[in-house]
Amino acid sequence: MNIAVCVKQIPDPATPYELDDENHWVIRPNDQVLDDTDRVGVEVGLQLAEATDGTVTLFSMSPSGSLQGIRQALAMGADKAVIIDDDTLKGSDALATAQILSAAIERAGFDLVIAGTESTDGYSGIVPQMMSEILDVPCLSFARKVDATDDGVTIERQTTSGYEAVSSPLPALLAVTAGAVEPRYPTFKGIMQAKSKPVDMLTASDLGVELHAGQKVVSVTDISARAAGEIVEDDGEAYLKIVELLEQAKVI
Amino acid sequence: MTVWIFAEEFDGSPSGGSLELLAKARSLGDVSVFYVGSGSDDAFGTFGEHGATRVYHLDPGDSLPSAGAAAALADLLGSEGGEAILFGPGNTDRDVAGRLGARLVKPVVAGALDIDTSDGVLVTSEILGGTKSVKTVVTNGSPAIVITRPKAFTAEGVGGGTPEVITVAMPDTGRSAATITERHVEASEGPDLESASIVVSGGRGLGSAEKFEMVKELAGLLGGAVGGTRAVVDAGWVPYSYQIGQTGRTVKPSVYIACAISGAMQHVVGMKGSSTIIAINKDPDAPIFAMADLGIVGDVHKVVPQLIEALKERST
Ligand SMILES: Cc1cc2nc3c(=O)[nH]c(=O)nc-3n(C[C@H](O)[C@H](O)[C@H](O)COP(=O)(O)OP(=O)(O)OC[C@H]3O[C@@H](n4cnc5c(N)ncnc54)[C@H](O)[C@@H]3O)c2cc1C
Ligand SMILES: Nc1ncnc2c1ncn2[C@@H]1O[C@H](COP(=O)(O)O)[C@@H](O)[C@H]1O
Repeated sequence: MNIAVCVKQIPDPATPYELDDENHWVIRPNDQVLDDTDRVGVEVGLQLAEATDGTVTLFSMSPSGSLQGIRQALAMGADKAVIIDDDTLKGSDALATAQILSAAIERAGFDLVIAGTESTDGYSGIVPQMMSEILDVPCLSFARKVDATDDGVTIERQTTSGYEAVSSPLPALLAVTAGAVEPRYPTFKGIMQAKSKPVDMLTASDLGVELHAGQKVVSVTDISARAAGEIVEDDGEAYLKIVELLEQAKVI
Repeated sequence: MTVWIFAEEFDGSPSGGSLELLAKARSLGDVSVFYVGSGSDDAFGTFGEHGATRVYHLDPGDSLPSAGAAAALADLLGSEGGEAILFGPGNTDRDVAGRLGARLVKPVVAGALDIDTSDGVLVTSEILGGTKSVKTVVTNGSPAIVITRPKAFTAEGVGGGTPEVITVAMPDTGRSAATITERHVEASEGPDLESASIVVSGGRGLGSAEKFEMVKELAGLLGGAVGGTRAVVDAGWVPYSYQIGQTGRTVKPSVYIACAISGAMQHVVGMKGSSTIIAINKDPDAPIFAMADLGIVGDVHKVVPQLIEALKERST
């Protein structure tokens, strides 16, 4: 199976994000990390490739100089990477991202595209759906369990109240949930090998994609934080404080 | 102006979220409902009661609905017109909205808390874990495609009669077709999470599925609903329907009790609207304490059993 996994590089989530004053974009430092959410997609891709003697190619639209996050995913075991990186892509919305990624994936050829359900920094949660429409394939979203069959894939698609079993031919697109699989840690050997794996760099114009801005942020304002209340150290009787508050709130 | 809403079926009826959208859409203009599900007179009647006069109904049968629904909607929006289409936060809503946006080459604005159509379509949303409010305008013409946050609006019965129902055929989706082979409902206990006035939630700090039972016991004693973080859902301690936060449910109870939850921003966006927040965590620096009305720095395995005993004593 020829598997394309979409991975996003994001600013380290442990650091506070800052917005560019003029365009209201998240400021992207040169050193970005692999979005944790996408480790799950990489793992699902690697397991399917192992089961079907396939290959895993990473696709990332990363308007930034750094390759750190991509190397992290290569170190897990992906075979190669395609990166679309140029200045015109700064501040791309979900549609532009989907158009660019789809064009690169289409050009490379694929049986299965894998993405995460939502990115940690942007969390629009619609890039995969948009790609499925552009690529004209089934959108197997919210997949919490994935299995390869003789002629396609089956998934458990999470719903509000349970799940649906869905069966799909290939080509198809999967958007996996965070709990789908436990991502592996890169081995030392994997980290060393990642350094020499092929990484293709493309620009938007290489792909011949024309982008049109369709939305504009007009204002960004701070939301005042909820004030903290009373903090007490448990001395063995702190539960009485809770009882008292429940009484005040008239729920007991 | 004409505003469309996408309405999904849940358990044979319009989902609660679709009735919330309907209430908002009615305040903006003339409403067309696009309803995906098996459909029934009762279901159509419910839309009528909530003020809809026109329902387009598509029954996808066992097909995965998103590709067909997006194709049919694109055609209808083309022939009937419409300035905006509103989607709820549900999974199928997101799939159809995304496919529709790509099909029409229009942006999709996600996470909407409010929509103003007095001058173009202006969407208010929150970013960076609800710390900043953003206003976005859609600049490339109709329809504006908008995905809303849970509970952004309140459903409202207005007692209307049966709406006009127009049956829409499921288009042939060719390569994009997939089949739903089974549907499973996972049982959840106690009152409904989204309407409960007390929610007791547990996080990874409880340590195990067995220890999570004390959260359920506490909720039971208080007549409340049980919730959890994504960490405990991913660990398999409770089903996804218990998940509170960005990717799960949004709750606004009178009292929210967070047991061994750190307070990550993706969790907080789903519960910060609670009137009173009580947090129990052994780490004095846990972010949850920054928003708690009462924070107990202590061991959940000591405090919660004591609380349970105290509540049991009161009721005897
Ligand atoms: C795109 C995206 C979407 C997400 N969506 C959601 C979502 O919808 N909902 C959600 O909840 N999360 C979501 N998350 C995950 C979120 O970022 C956190 O990882 C998650 O909420 C953490 O869950 P937790 O608080 O249970 O676990 P942890 O963060 O591990 O916290 C456990 C806490 O328990 C405390 N503890 C440990 N032992 C004890 C003890 N004996 N007594 C008392 N306290 C103890 C610890 O001090 C710690 O604070 C999302 C993440 C991403 C990237
Ligand atoms: N710039 C990007 N490069 C590669 N993949 C991306 C990018 N943006 C989004 N994705 C994929 O789409 C998923 C959902 O992202 P989002 O729609 O931004 O919430 C992510 O988990 C990634 O798999």
